[in-house]
Amino acid sequence: MKLIYTDSLVVGAGLAGLRVAIASKERGLDTVVLSLIPAKRSHSAAAQGGMQASLGNTVKGMGDDEDVHFQDTVKGSDWGCDQEVARMFAHCAPKAVRELANWGVPWTRVTKGPREVVVNAQKVTIEEAEAAHGLINARDFGGTKKWRTCYTADGTGHSLLYAVDNKAISLDIPVHERIEALALIHDGTRCHGVVARCLITGELRAYIAKSTTIATGGYGRIYEVSTNAIICEGIGQALALETGVAKLGNMEAVQFHPTAIVPVGILTTEGCRGDGGLLRDKDGHRFMPDYEPEKKELASRDVVSRRMTEHIRKGQGVDSPYGPHLWLDITLLGRKHVETNLREVKEICENFLGIDPAKDWIPVRPTQHYSMGGIRTDATGQSPQLKGLFSVGEAACWDMHGFNRLGGNSLAETVVGGMIIGKYVADFCQQNTLEINTALVEKFVNQVRSEIDDLVEGQGSESAFDIKLEMQRIMMDYVGIFRNGPELQKAVDELQALLLRSRNIGLTCKKRHANPELVEALRVKRMLKVALTVACGAEARTESRGAHAREDFPQRNDKEWLNRTLSSWPSADATLPVLDYEQLDVMKMELPPGYRGYGINNAIAHPDTEKREQQISEILSQLPDDADRYARQHALMPFEVPPSLQEKNERLHDKSLSNRAQLGDEAK
Amino acid sequence: MSQGRTLTFNIFRYDPQEPGDKPKMVKYQLEEAPGMTVFIALNMLREKQDPSLQFDFVCRAGICGSCAMVINGYPTLACRTLTSKYPKGEITLMPLPGFELIGDLSVNTGKFMRELAERLKLWLHPRQDEIDIHRIEAPMAPEEAAKLYELDRCVECGVCVSACATKQMRDTFVGAVGMMKIARFELDSRDARSVEDFYHVIGNQDGVFGCMTLLGCQDNCPKDLPHMQQIAYLRRKMAGALV
Repeated sequence: MKLIYTDSLVVGAGLAGLRVAIASKERGLDTVVLSLIPAKRSHSAAAQGGMQASLGNTVKGMGDDEDVHFQDTVKGSDWGCDQEVARMFAHCAPKAVRELANWGVPWTRVTKGPREVVVNAQKVTIEEAEAAHGLINARDFGGTKKWRTCYTADGTGHSLLYAVDNKAISLDIPVHERIEALALIHDGTRCHGVVARCLITGELRAYIAKSTTIATGGYGRIYEVSTNAIICEGIGQALALETGVAKLGNMEAVQFHPTAIVPVGILTTEGCRGDGGLLRDKDGHRFMPDYEPEKKELASRDVVSRRMTEHIRKGQGVDSPYGPHLWLDITLLGRKHVETNLREVKEICENFLGIDPAKDWIPVRPTQHYSMGGIRTDATGQSPQLKGLFSVGEAACWDMHGFNRLGGNSLAETVVGGMIIGKYVADFCQQNTLEINTALVEKFVNQVRSEIDDLVEGQGSESAFDIKLEMQRIMMDYVGIFRNGPELQKAVDELQALLLRSRNIGLTCKKRHANPELVEALRVKRMLKVALTVACGAEARTESRGAHAREDFPQRNDKEWLNRTLSSWPSADATLPVLDYEQLDVMKMELPPGYRGYGINNAIAHPDTEKREQQISEILSQLPDDADRYARQHALMPFEVPPSLQEKNERLHDKSLSNRAQLGDEAK
Repeated sequence: MSQGRTLTFNIFRYDPQEPGDKPKMVKYQLEEAPGMTVFIALNMLREKQDPSLQFDFVCRAGICGSCAMVINGYPTLACRTLTSKYPKGEITLMPLPGFELIGDLSVNTGKFMRELAERLKLWLHPRQDEIDIHRIEAPMAPEEAAKLYELDRCVECGVCVSACATKQMRDTFVGAVGMMKIARFELDSRDARSVEDFYHVIGNQDGVFGCMTLLGCQDNCPKDLPHMQQIAYLRRKMAGALV
């Protein structure tokens, strides 16, 4: 049995994982990152449009700050998020952007003077300030009050991932590539590392660590068509689930992106619409203003995806051999804009569709895109159930997204969450000792070994590939954009039957080293459990909130469902997860539940909402007249971030104010 | 038109870890579907015909650079190669040369790129190690940022390395990928390194003066990066450093 010891173990080498690894290494901790693939190939690279941070440099971002970013994020989440976490995030986002500039990210910058942009299908000229020249620019994204999405053309994720991985290389952080974690080592209260398999040699290793951080991304590939990379299979969530101790949060909260190309499901960025692109139907009609007259194409993602589906159901979709689709029109932005700011989109259109998006419309359809759910953590990123287990990024339910994530907030979460949680992980490693119990380690290694033995030597007759496809189709058919009780029940029943069949998987390729069929078999057994948490959570949640839209329960029901779904897996032979719920406390919210601004306001109110609103006005009225926005915020909902991240963020528009304030200070 | 064609794939098969296994070409046949890419075809072959077939895909969207292989003689990204591109319906797939073979079409580009990054120190060496992240960032000329992004688009797929005759003859040659990255940091006003610093790394036969200017890199780069221009630029710069 090969044992590898470290302080801080990170599973997953995308942006979130690397950022935590860097924070550990900077604290002088021994750090090891495990990855299925070379770090720079991680799915973070596919984020195109950008990351939200309230820098407020562009004229269309003037007046932006943490407060506005926080409010957009909470509304976007349909009040399902953890508001303290959303505050931590909004506060640290500008810091992460600025830090990344010093790590090499070539952020697109503001050019002073007049600039022509497309807003609501009209060309308008905006005038950028002299003082903003050369500062980091931002573009418009859905569901946001200000232009807040910082970007590098439409390759933001790529630029960030390369800069952050380069930083990790400069710090000599080892990334063990082509290593797959298959089980967490734990004693029921503390996590001690992972059992992992080398995808080249097949060797099993135990990595023993003080802290284990899961940063393996989302679980999009439990669906047949997804914008996600093919490695986003939810194995990180499954690792936590299979402990029987750690819990997953809000697994039913799955986002569908409005504009993936048909049929292959590759994403075209929200930046297309942010920069002025339109959605059109089979008649070329721009239909979004009919449904959402205010926000139009730039309503929140869940809203646009549902409106598109509604419109297709009315027969307004464009027929194709792959089913109906709609059009994304970016021709009005002009060739120069497409070829500079949307060039990855252009490449995708050329290579996969054979069209030129500067003159042709792009066939698009809502497609599975993001997992709001994940490993439930507290505000420091640690599992409340399993000490030493941390999770960050899309893998986690840190819960700044609730039931719908805003565009530009996921790339932001990777580096902002990684920056914050990285410090808490390092604290944990400094405060705790390495506990090595070789009998315990051996138990988990033997479990994985016998699982592999059974697959390779057993008499199983089921095909891992077939089972996976069946699972993916069930999720597509019954756990999609619109959901209802009977179909969700069907999904649960069929997934349960598949899970039983998956215990009888047999391999035709019997190799123990590099063997794609073995990899598939090990994964599909785990994916099925994750899929069941999604289907069961969706079946149980009899309301509509954010991306979880129940046709049979169309109202958001704060009275009964202002809570977070927690799922756990009771025992190895169980076929269903156990669900329980964590209440969201309205009396602690800075922003009590309200109207999100889309469609009719039909939410069923929580009894505390009115009480809290009253309390808030009382608290605010008791503050001195000169209380600034920070003091007001603090009075309503204090939140903590690590000491080195506490300072206020400086902005262009309060620089002149602060000059005045400084004069005032001196006068005192 | 291409619907219903039968495609013939000739695929390089070799498992270096299997005792007694020898490299060979194996023929597979497959019904073509509309919009089929080599990514789709290889997965169908693995699922339906031979589950031991090794290859690497991650994003399947031409973004991550995992899937470069030699397709009918040319190194390129398999995920975005449409089968309809080949009128005869015959497609020969070979692993990318110049990299450690893991098996079949899978090669270890990751290991190569990490070693290259360590050797050439391919990260930003900022003028100040610590900046105040709470204050307004230092401005950068918008044109510079745009230029940097253009050079930053490399996906480390390894195509330029496999298409490079110099690299095939000289194992220590840094290849177009190495030079492109050096050019990117050399251009970056935030980087503290001087021309002399870069000269130490690539001002030799393993770097800009080893390139025979055959420009297989320029011809095959899936991201259309301006390799020729950057190599010429670096040569001028490095030659300038000598005088």
